Amino acid sequence: MSFRLRTTVPLTALVLTALVASPHGPLDSPALAQPSSGIVRPDTEPQKPTLELGSELFAANCSSCHGIAGDGITKPRPGSGDVQGLGPPLHGVGAQAADFYLRTGLMPLDNPHHEPSNDRVLFSDKEIRSLTQYVASLGKGPGIPNPHPQRGNISEGTQLFTSDCAGCHQEDARGGYVTGARVPPLQGYTNREIAEAVRIGPYLMPRFSTSQISNAQLNSIIRYVQSQNHPYNRGGWGIGNIGPIPEGLVTWMIAAPLLLLTCLVLARRVRR
Amino acid sequence: MKESRRGAEFTVVVLFLIAIVCAIGFIFVYAFFSPERMPNELLGISLGLCLIFIACALAVVGKRLVPNDELEDDYPEEHPQKQAEVVEQLHSAGSLITRKRLLLGAGSAAGCALGAAALTPVLSLGPFWDTAPLDRTPWKRGVRLVDESGDPLAADNILKETFYTAFPEGADPEEIGSPIVVLHLNATDLRMPRDRSGWTPRGIVAYSKICTHAGCAVALFRKPTFPTVERREALVCPCHYSTFDPFTGGSVLYGPAGRPLPQLPLEIDSDGHLRAAGNFSARVGPSWWNVREQPT
Repeated sequence: MSFRLRTTVPLTALVLTALVASPHGPLDSPALAQPSSGIVRPDTEPQKPTLELGSELFAANCSSCHGIAGDGITKPRPGSGDVQGLGPPLHGVGAQAADFYLRTGLMPLDNPHHEPSNDRVLFSDKEIRSLTQYVASLGKGPGIPNPHPQRGNISEGTQLFTSDCAGCHQEDARGGYVTGARVPPLQGYTNREIAEAVRIGPYLMPRFSTSQISNAQLNSIIRYVQSQNHPYNRGGWGIGNIGPIPEGLVTWMIAAPLLLLTCLVLARRVRR
Repeated sequence: MKESRRGAEFTVVVLFLIAIVCAIGFIFVYAFFSPERMPNELLGISLGLCLIFIACALAVVGKRLVPNDELEDDYPEEHPQKQAEVVEQLHSAGSLITRKRLLLGAGSAAGCALGAAALTPVLSLGPFWDTAPLDRTPWKRGVRLVDESGDPLAADNILKETFYTAFPEGADPEEIGSPIVVLHLNATDLRMPRDRSGWTPRGIVAYSKICTHAGCAVALFRKPTFPTVERREALVCPCHYSTFDPFTGGSVLYGPAGRPLPQLPLEIDSDGHLRAAGNFSARVGPSWWNVREQPT
């Protein structure tokens, strides 16, 4: 057991080595077009998103954790290395969840024990559409939502965000912490992704049904979140809008020299 | 020279008087406004100005009234007469202040006013032996759970993987004992204390939403998307990350909270609505002395 693999980087290297050693030349294989990502692609991709491409991509990139045909792997099984394929079943999660996790880059995840983080999106738009089609075909589930934040009311959105979201995401949607996880800032998410996240409840986040937050209220929340991309800083300087600690530090950086200066002026004659 | 000293003394007295006015202003603002409408900016400005004017007065004293002349002379060790001369010099220099009692009086009055202003809020702590109001909550057997808009909560509408904030029907939602957080958990995973059997119909549990550490709203609910590799459900307070286990009667998993979240026993009535089956398991709100005694 001394050769246990500690991270996925060696795993990726192994996969790549195997590909280079295959009969295809390095340039023939689309898998090597993006060598560092570790995504395995079929040799020839169709022009348009298809269910077949989705199933091929799923088998190559997702089934190690989500199981054959999305059955999920919920019991640890002996695998190679420390990383054991573990993942929830995907029957009935619908196009909504697949679209959200792939477009935000939360999936694919290199280690099922890590918190998903949206580092970068590894699939192309066509591939995401194909995978979404495939996951939606696994079982009846919610479709991709189509929010209309322009119909929302920003004042209602502020109120709802404060009561339901700000506990974790902070009042200005800059993110924060909860015990055991980071809470992402909401800047850079599209309207659709925010709507999907509210309904899915990714990772530690609770999910909110339409009986808790109606679609009209969701429009308002999204409008508020998007308005926080460029908050109106009444005080002048936002300092990242991340709360009282940097604001206090800046205050002290101004106040401390002023106090020191006052002390110097007062003490000058005594020192002379 | 003497005229300017008189002027300086006058300035010091005036500055002390302004400081006194500011301190009285603080006391007046604190006494005049109710706690809900307290203008914090006025409190800060009045107390800050009081301190600034006292500082200015002391600065004028230091700059203009304390002698700063330096005299260098060999210390005459053997000559009592010369020593007497030095003492004489010191005394004459110290007499720069002509109205010592007035200045001392003004200064101590300003100090007293500032102290009184700083101590005024202590009166709000009230008679400290009476903690009875902290025990009273609007919850008792049969009170229905309602949401923010006053609609009763139906047990069938309480879904898993999310959380609900509820209030007692017909009571003031602002009261510290009012808000509760309602969760739907797997009934088979519950490990409640033995004396709380029947408190959690269908796996629906309710806890006070006020953290037992500093009284913040326990507004964070953590739920696993994939329970095999993630921690199970927990309630988290956003202020200092006290984390409570809803499966074991609200016990503290992490953080500074010193005692479990008070649990509210629930029952489902014939209409399918949630009702309280009694009062909380413990006193609500941040901890204080004797808090572990049972609520009345």
